[in-house]
Amino acid sequence: MSTLPPDSSPAISQAERDELRRQGILLTSMEELYNWGRSHSVWPLQFGLACCAIEMIAASMARFDIARFGSEVFRPSPRQADLLIVSGTVTKKMTPQVVRLWNQMPEPKYCIAMGACAISGGPFKQGYNVLKGIDRFLPVDIYIPGCPPRPEALLHGLMQLQEKIRGQKLTGPDAPRHLQADTTCDFPVPEFGEHDLLPPKNTEVWQPPVIVRKE
Amino acid sequence: MESLEQLHGRLLTRFPGAEIVVVNNPAPSAQHSLLVPRDVARELAFFLRDDPALALDYCSNVTGVDWPEKEIIETTKSTVPDPAGGAPKVVETKTKRIQPGYFEVVYHLFSIALKHGPVIVRVRTGNRTDDVTVPSFTPIWRSGEFQEREVYDLFGVTFSGHPDLRRILMWDEFKDHPMRKDYVEPDDYEWEPTPHGVVLEKARQHYPPAVVAPAETPPPAAKP
Repeated sequence: MSTLPPDSSPAISQAERDELRRQGILLTSMEELYNWGRSHSVWPLQFGLACCAIEMIAASMARFDIARFGSEVFRPSPRQADLLIVSGTVTKKMTPQVVRLWNQMPEPKYCIAMGACAISGGPFKQGYNVLKGIDRFLPVDIYIPGCPPRPEALLHGLMQLQEKIRGQKLTGPDAPRHLQADTTCDFPVPEFGEHDLLPPKNTEVWQPPVIVRKE
Repeated sequence: MESLEQLHGRLLTRFPGAEIVVVNNPAPSAQHSLLVPRDVARELAFFLRDDPALALDYCSNVTGVDWPEKEIIETTKSTVPDPAGGAPKVVETKTKRIQPGYFEVVYHLFSIALKHGPVIVRVRTGNRTDDVTVPSFTPIWRSGEFQEREVYDLFGVTFSGHPDLRRILMWDEFKDHPMRKDYVEPDDYEWEPTPHGVVLEKARQHYPPAVVAPAETPPPAAKP
């Protein structure tokens, strides 16, 4: 709570607020309080896909202790989870289930792509059966590189996510999805086709920049 | 355990007329194998399991191999006498032949009871398109069930007599067989920021020519 969103124009400066706080007077806004509360109880879904899940489990144990950041409650049901950590290789056969789990999570919800496989397919990128990044179907908030990332990297990713949550405006076009009336938390679940997933990507979510290749 | 040659001889007397061949492996591992025709494969498998001297009661591994159609050039040397009376000339003639492709299913058999193995058995299909059935060994060795399903899934070899022949790794609606040499994977190489090697080739095939930018023209030389 020590930082203000960059574009807010407080009547008093940050230094004055800090001074007041030392005197035992707390000045805040609804937005700040709300986001502060949200950012410190991000409950991940208890869901692992591959070896990154082992690092995720290690991060939840005593040595790394993700509980320090309010995310110790790994929920076994997507209905109670706020955060989907896509921890590992997403095969094409598993993709509909991952998207379905994401659809079953209530808003506000966030997605972390953990590790090279979840980001891009990783070492299996040239394979026929691995999705080349979960961001082809889900809106990913945080990408954590690594193969697998260390638990510290996951903690850093979580802290970045908390930073992102604290910076969100509650009104206007930049508001999180659950505060916008015209958005849905349903994402189309791909179907199994004869050669590939149908559709192979969700173009609503996944819009990579056009690459201009110089030969 | 008896040597593979001894076993081969015993099998030939047990199955007279069957074309059972010992395939030698020139690699350092020297794991020679038995190539078995399809029609006697089932009885031969029962024999390998039930023969008291072999007692191959455990099938540890089932795998498939794709042997595509291959062009073989054979060179034969023949000596032609010189009509002028000189030394005879050596003429090389090259003949091309097409060796038809087939799939091969390989079984690694061990004996837990007698602590020996492996005995490697190969069974070949007729071709790579329509005659791709081999007898299933699952009724003899139950451990082959999932692995034969995997061979069916990835190579498209069908096993007659398999109790539950379904795809095991890919989804049921999938039509291809990805481990075949002529399998073409779906083209989803549209986002390749730093391609190299094989991925670069695939990305090049993906990008339409219109997107490929012409080489950068050098900036005009600065005037003095």
